[in-house]
Amino acid sequence: MNNKPLRPLYTLPYAAWIILFVIAPIALIVYYSFLDLVGNFTLDNYRNFFSSVYLKLTISSFWYAFLITAFALLFAYPTAYFLTKTKHKYLWLLLIIIPSWINLLLKTYAFIGLFGLYGPINAFLELTGLGKQQILFTDFSFVFVSVYIFIPFMILPIFNSLDKLNPTLIDASRDLGANSWTTFRRVIWPLTLNGVKSGIQVVFIPALSLFMITRLIAGNKVITLGTAIEQQFLVTQNWGMGSTIAVFLILFMFIIMLMTSGKERGASINGKVK
Amino acid sequence: MEKLSKLPKLYLSVVFIILYAPIFYLIFYSFNSGGGMSNFESFTLEHYTALFEDTRLISILINTIIVALLSALVSTAIGVLGALAIMFMRNRAMRNAVLSLNTILIVSPDVIIGASFLILFTLIGVKLGFASVLISHIAFSIPIVVIMVLPKLQEMSPSLIDAALDLGATKRDVLTRVIIPFIKPGIFAGFFLALTYSLDDFAVTFFVTGNGFSTLSVEIYSMARTGVTLTINALSGLIFFVTITLVLGYYAISRKTKAPHTGVKK
Amino acid sequence: MKEILRVAALIVTVSVVLWFINSKLNASGGPSAKGTLTVYNWGEFIDPDLLKQFEKETGIKVIYETFDTNEGMMAKIEQGGTSYDITMPSEYMVEMMAEKDLLLPINHNKLSNFKNIDPYFLDLPFDPGNTYSIPYFWGTVGIAFNPTLLEGQTFESWDNLWDPSLKQAVILVDSARETIGMGLNSLDYSLNTTDLDQLRKATDKLKTLSPNVKAVIGDEVTQLMVNGEAAVSLTWSGQAADMMSENEDIDYIVPKEGSNLWFDNIVIPRTAKNIEGAYAFINFMLDAKMAAQNADYVGYSTPNLAALDFMDPEVTSDERFYPDEEARNHLEVYKNLGLEMLGHYNELFLEFKMDMK
Repeated sequence: MNNKPLRPLYTLPYAAWIILFVIAPIALIVYYSFLDLVGNFTLDNYRNFFSSVYLKLTISSFWYAFLITAFALLFAYPTAYFLTKTKHKYLWLLLIIIPSWINLLLKTYAFIGLFGLYGPINAFLELTGLGKQQILFTDFSFVFVSVYIFIPFMILPIFNSLDKLNPTLIDASRDLGANSWTTFRRVIWPLTLNGVKSGIQVVFIPALSLFMITRLIAGNKVITLGTAIEQQFLVTQNWGMGSTIAVFLILFMFIIMLMTSGKERGASINGKVK
Repeated sequence: MEKLSKLPKLYLSVVFIILYAPIFYLIFYSFNSGGGMSNFESFTLEHYTALFEDTRLISILINTIIVALLSALVSTAIGVLGALAIMFMRNRAMRNAVLSLNTILIVSPDVIIGASFLILFTLIGVKLGFASVLISHIAFSIPIVVIMVLPKLQEMSPSLIDAALDLGATKRDVLTRVIIPFIKPGIFAGFFLALTYSLDDFAVTFFVTGNGFSTLSVEIYSMARTGVTLTINALSGLIFFVTITLVLGYYAISRKTKAPHTGVKK
Repeated sequence: MKEILRVAALIVTVSVVLWFINSKLNASGGPSAKGTLTVYNWGEFIDPDLLKQFEKETGIKVIYETFDTNEGMMAKIEQGGTSYDITMPSEYMVEMMAEKDLLLPINHNKLSNFKNIDPYFLDLPFDPGNTYSIPYFWGTVGIAFNPTLLEGQTFESWDNLWDPSLKQAVILVDSARETIGMGLNSLDYSLNTTDLDQLRKATDKLKTLSPNVKAVIGDEVTQLMVNGEAAVSLTWSGQAADMMSENEDIDYIVPKEGSNLWFDNIVIPRTAKNIEGAYAFINFMLDAKMAAQNADYVGYSTPNLAALDFMDPEVTSDERFYPDEEARNHLEVYKNLGLEMLGHYNELFLEFKMDMK
């Protein structure tokens, strides 16, 4: 790519944004992570992070973020795929996003009601003879509501990459004798991989720092890194420790970004699929 | 175009039912004459009349919408430029670094973003209020736009640009006539998700607001201690109906005006 | 490209129109010749009619802003950049803010209605001599329970929560001082203990409660108790009052070992611009009739002795929310234990939560 359609002038706002709102806050966080409660330099926060409590927290955070992302992808992909086949696909897509415009706290309250012992779901379970179940404050309810929150962010990029998929490619694959599964695996999936990766990025990474839902829906039976940071900043007022956890969160994010970007980019740009 | 068979239709219906269930639950209780979101007593519209009398709440709602629309618009513009800049970076390591920096705001817990923005604004002397909230919302919405636009850019074949240039198009033409139309779905996706981020944000707004300016989320969260009133349910119901009407209305109009074109395309 | 520009233009137009409507809406708020007063408070923590009446009487326009945690509120005031004239911190936060020099001392001579406050609630350890704060509402921490969902279990002691019949039934509050405090109370230790050994014992005892714990949550507990989802909860009296107003089955007790006595207070932060207005507001809120009306609306217990005469006797004679002196003697006000100790409480609490599964 030799042509640069962009003058530096155009990139100025973005560059300014990175410096002011990304690099400056990170510098601040890194700085705070070396401070103790009274503002003296210390490495204790880092030492503390490697204590058993925070390691346990980190592992459980990753596990839940993984579950949330996996289920979101599992349900989002077919949704996005079927949406592209509907008649008014953009309208339906918009209708997927609209629920996320209603305040999250309110929707969470609604879920508390829906999942409750006297809520409609349990009423239905009772009708089917299964009897009342404790749904609230379980791993299930936590993962369910988290997937609910994140799924539009997964559907949208996948929809976008499916949408412009050249139908002749699929026809060609069929003509060459591939069955639906092979077509999906060898043609559709590789061509939508970029969308899937975007989706994973915008779901997995924020899922690591989920809070509020951990309390409202999981009753603090699930605790994530985000919850811990929030506690350190607001309740304990130990900004140093909070910043330290945040530094690790950012490191984890870098690793995930590296893992989800890279090699096959060249392939998809050229439209070649292995 | 393939027709959807029964199973996919059923699947989509279930997805939509789940997505809208909590919202209908909220709206259902907005008609409850009892105090809260349980024990439906009898039908009433009192929460809706209370809503229209509460000018403070309406004013907050308007603030929320203005901030959401403007921040989504500006962040989309900046985000698209940013995605282009990342796309045309030659150095791969550099590109990855910028991309990672881009995503940091998505991963950072809101409390941290809010607190550090507050420190930043007081350092550079921005008065807390509408401007600081708007700037913050723009700031945390930019990365999502970049992430939505970038895959579309990557799918674009570079030969497309080369062809346009060979045909004598100026760089400006390439941008407005080739690139932008191609990545349009990504742009709209970014815009709508930016809108979502803005409407949903509580923690960042809380820290950077002031001088009488408030948004709906801040108001709702601060009510948690004494209980969120059903007026808020009524408000959500109203927002929901207006949004759906606008979307359907806009869609109907744009389809009508576009109808001949789509006919040709097919 | 055209479509994108058209949408952009549409958005800008809509925003401008909305902006215009909003400024019209705010302008109709009445005259503001006497300036404005910015009140920073919890959401729904004041009767809005009183704000209107105050505006009418004094000609001062009230700007009402809200916060959802004490700590968030302090962070805002500490940073400056916005001018709050009045705010309502809880007692431990008054101490913390005073320590950080974020509050203005209050001149009691300027408050003719100060005498209305029950002397029992004055001159407490978190603010000796009420230098910085005036009590606004007060209450206790106790057990809210719904007898219709329990098989005869009664509550008079904290230890009742450990009863095996309450498997997966108890909701605790997501706040270290309250929950650890319950463990401390049940062992007859002070709520303000800094003895690590006592704290250890309290935490270990709490861990044995795990099988009974349904969840550790915050304000959502009100909804859960009201709709019968939860049978027992550790809660603040104000919240219990909210629950009881919506579900008559619910009852509330303060266990005999004692518990916490809490206060929300009116203070004037350093950021205040309209100090005269702030005094006028405090005095207005301390007026017996106004305080009574406010207590009716909010549903919390008022420290305003004179106001009790204007309230429903059924409410003011309710021992659960207006306990007599004997009961009050078992209550303890939180002291600011310092950030390090607070951190230790929270670490123990985190340990308890992680152990819960």
